[in-house]
Amino acid sequence: MKMTNWFLTTTALLAAAQFAAAADVTGKITLKGAPPEEKVLPLDPVCGKLHTVPLKTRFYVTDGKGGLADVFIYIKSGLTGAAPAPSATPAVLDQVGCEYTPYVIGVQVNQKMNVLNSDALLHNVHPTPIVEGNKEFNRAQLPKGPPISTAWPQSEILLRFKCDVHPWMFAYVGVVEHPYFAVSAKDGSFTIKNVPAGKYVIEALHRKTGKPVAKEVTVGANGAVADFTIELQ
Amino acid sequence: MNRAPHSPWLYRFAIGTALATLALLSVGGLVTSKGVGMAVPDWPTSYGYNMFWLPISWWKGGVFYEHTHRLVAVFVGLLTSILAAWMWGRETTGRVRWAGWFTILALVLMLGHRGSGNAEGGAAGVPAHFKFLAGLMPALLIFSVAQCVRTRSALRWLAMSAFFAVILQGILGGFRVALYKDQIGIAHATLAQLFFTFICALALFLSRGWSDTDAKPTERERGLRCWFMVATLLIFFQLLLGATMRHQHAGLAIWDFPLAHGQAWPDTSVEAITRYNQQRAELVALNPITAVQVRLQMVHRILALLITIVVALSAWLTLKHAARGSVLRKVAVAWLALIALQMALGILTVLKNKPADLATAHVIVGALSFATGVVLLLLAWRVEILSFTRGGPVLSSPDGVVTN
Ligand SMILES: [Cu+2]
Repeated sequence: MKMTNWFLTTTALLAAAQFAAAADVTGKITLKGAPPEEKVLPLDPVCGKLHTVPLKTRFYVTDGKGGLADVFIYIKSGLTGAAPAPSATPAVLDQVGCEYTPYVIGVQVNQKMNVLNSDALLHNVHPTPIVEGNKEFNRAQLPKGPPISTAWPQSEILLRFKCDVHPWMFAYVGVVEHPYFAVSAKDGSFTIKNVPAGKYVIEALHRKTGKPVAKEVTVGANGAVADFTIELQ
Repeated sequence: MNRAPHSPWLYRFAIGTALATLALLSVGGLVTSKGVGMAVPDWPTSYGYNMFWLPISWWKGGVFYEHTHRLVAVFVGLLTSILAAWMWGRETTGRVRWAGWFTILALVLMLGHRGSGNAEGGAAGVPAHFKFLAGLMPALLIFSVAQCVRTRSALRWLAMSAFFAVILQGILGGFRVALYKDQIGIAHATLAQLFFTFICALALFLSRGWSDTDAKPTERERGLRCWFMVATLLIFFQLLLGATMRHQHAGLAIWDFPLAHGQAWPDTSVEAITRYNQQRAELVALNPITAVQVRLQMVHRILALLITIVVALSAWLTLKHAARGSVLRKVAVAWLALIALQMALGILTVLKNKPADLATAHVIVGALSFATGVVLLLLAWRVEILSFTRGGPVLSSPDGVVTN
C-alpha cells in the first residue's frame, strides 16, 4: 500500500514536472514579396456546378497583410529521447466540392489519418509518397463513402495526395517522427503545442516556395516565439 | 509476302485496324495529357466491375477518359486477333491452321477471364494468369518474329507478332495502373507507337501495289535509303524522349520558346530548378520539375531541329533522284509536311502551356511521322524484300502451308 502511494506520487510529480517543462512555441509566418495571382482550376462540369465562384489554385493563401497560410512548421532537430506515442485522434483530410481540405496538414509517423469524402460524387484517394517505406495506394471512395484510414511509417515532408478522377485535386501531408509540428493559419500564425524545454532547430516550409527556412529556438518554461519570413524569388 | 493472292477485303480490314489503332493512340494520349491514367484504380476490373459492365453513371471526370481508353483498347485487340486469324487461315491448312486459331482463341479467352478483381486497386487485384501472360508474350513475340524470318517473312507470322504485341501492350497498360509505375507508362507509350507502325507496315504488305514491281532502284535511288534510315532512327529516338517526358508527369520543364527559361541554354542549378518550380502554376497534380527534365526538353528541341533538317533533305533528294511517278516522291513530301506540322504542334504545346488537345495531337502526328518513315524505308527496300520472300521455301512444306 505504502509502496503504491509512493509510486503514484512520484508519477504525478513527474507528470507535473513534464507539464511544467513543456510549453508552446508560437510564431508568425510572413511572406515577403507579392505572390503571383492564383489561377482558375480546370474543373469539369460536374464539379463546376458545386461552386458559384470559380475555384482557384491555393499556392499562396495570405491575409493580405503579410500573413502566409499552409506553411508546415516542425522541429527539425534537437529532440532527445523517444518521441511520445502518436495522438489517438486521427488527422483528417476531407474532400469537399472537388477539393482536398485542408491544403496542408501534419501527422506524426504512424498516427492514423482519415480521408473523408463529403461530396456526393466519386473520388479516388491516391497518395504518392516518395520515401521508401511509405506505400503508395489508389483507392476509390464512393460518394459520401466511409473514411479511408491510413498511416505513414516514415517521415516525409511533404507527401502528396491526389485524385485522378479530378486531376486538379491535390493536397499535402507533412509526416514527422514526433508531434511537434503545426500548419500556419491564414494570418500566418501557428502554435506548436507542448514542446519540452530545450534547444531546437525549427524549420518552416512553404510547399510552393520550396525553400525551407530554419531557425534556432530555445524553449523555456514560457515557451518560445519563432517568427519566420519567407521570401519570394 | 506474296504467299496468298491479294485480298482487297483483308487489305481494307488492315487499314481499318490501323485507323482504330490511331484512334486508340489518341485516347491513350489524351489520358496521359489530362493526367487521369490512374482514375480507375483497379485492373483488369473497373471499380470492381467487369469492365464491360461499368455503369454509365461512373463515367465522369477522369474515369470517362481512362475507361474509354480501356474499351477502345479491347476493340483494337479484337480487331488484331481477327486480322491474325484471317491471315493465318489464308496461308495454312489442316492441323497447322487449327493450331494457330486455337492459340488465338485460347489467348483471347484467357484475357477475357478477368478474375474477381479488387476494387481497391494495386497488384493484389491482378489475376495470376495475367502475370503469366506478361512473361509469355515477349517470348512468343520473339518466336514469331524469328519464324517470320525463317519462313522468309510469311505474313501469318507477322500478323501473329502483331497479335502478341497487342496483348503485351494491354498488359503493360494494366500493370502501369496496378503497380503504380510511371516507368511502365514509358514502355506502354513506346510500344503503342511501334504497334501502330507495325500495323501500317502489315497494311502496306497487303496492298495491291506492294508486290507489283520489278524495277530495280537506280544507284541514286539507293542513295536515298541512308537518309531515310537516319531520319527514321532520329524520329524513333525523339519518340522515346517524348514518351519519357510525358510519363514523368511533371508538365512542361521549359515553358518558353525559342529561349529556354529566358536563356539560350537554361540554368539547371539547384537554385534555378527551385525557382522554376516556384514560378510555374500547376493546375493539376504534377511532379516537381528536375534538372534532368529540363535537359531532356533541350535535347528534344535540338533533335527536333535535326529531324526537320534531315527530313527536308531527304524529301529534296527524293524529288531530285527518284524516278518520275515513283511512290517515294509522294510519301517523302507527305513526310516533310508531317514534320512541319509536328514542329508547329510542339512549339504551340510549349507556348500554350501544354493543353491536353495540343499535346495529344503532338503525340499522334509523332506516331504518323514515325510510321511514314518506316513505310518509306520499306518502299525504298521493296525490291530486296520481295526477292528475299520469293526466294523463301515453297509454301507447301511439311507443316501444311498453302501453296500459291
Ligand atoms: Cu476527386
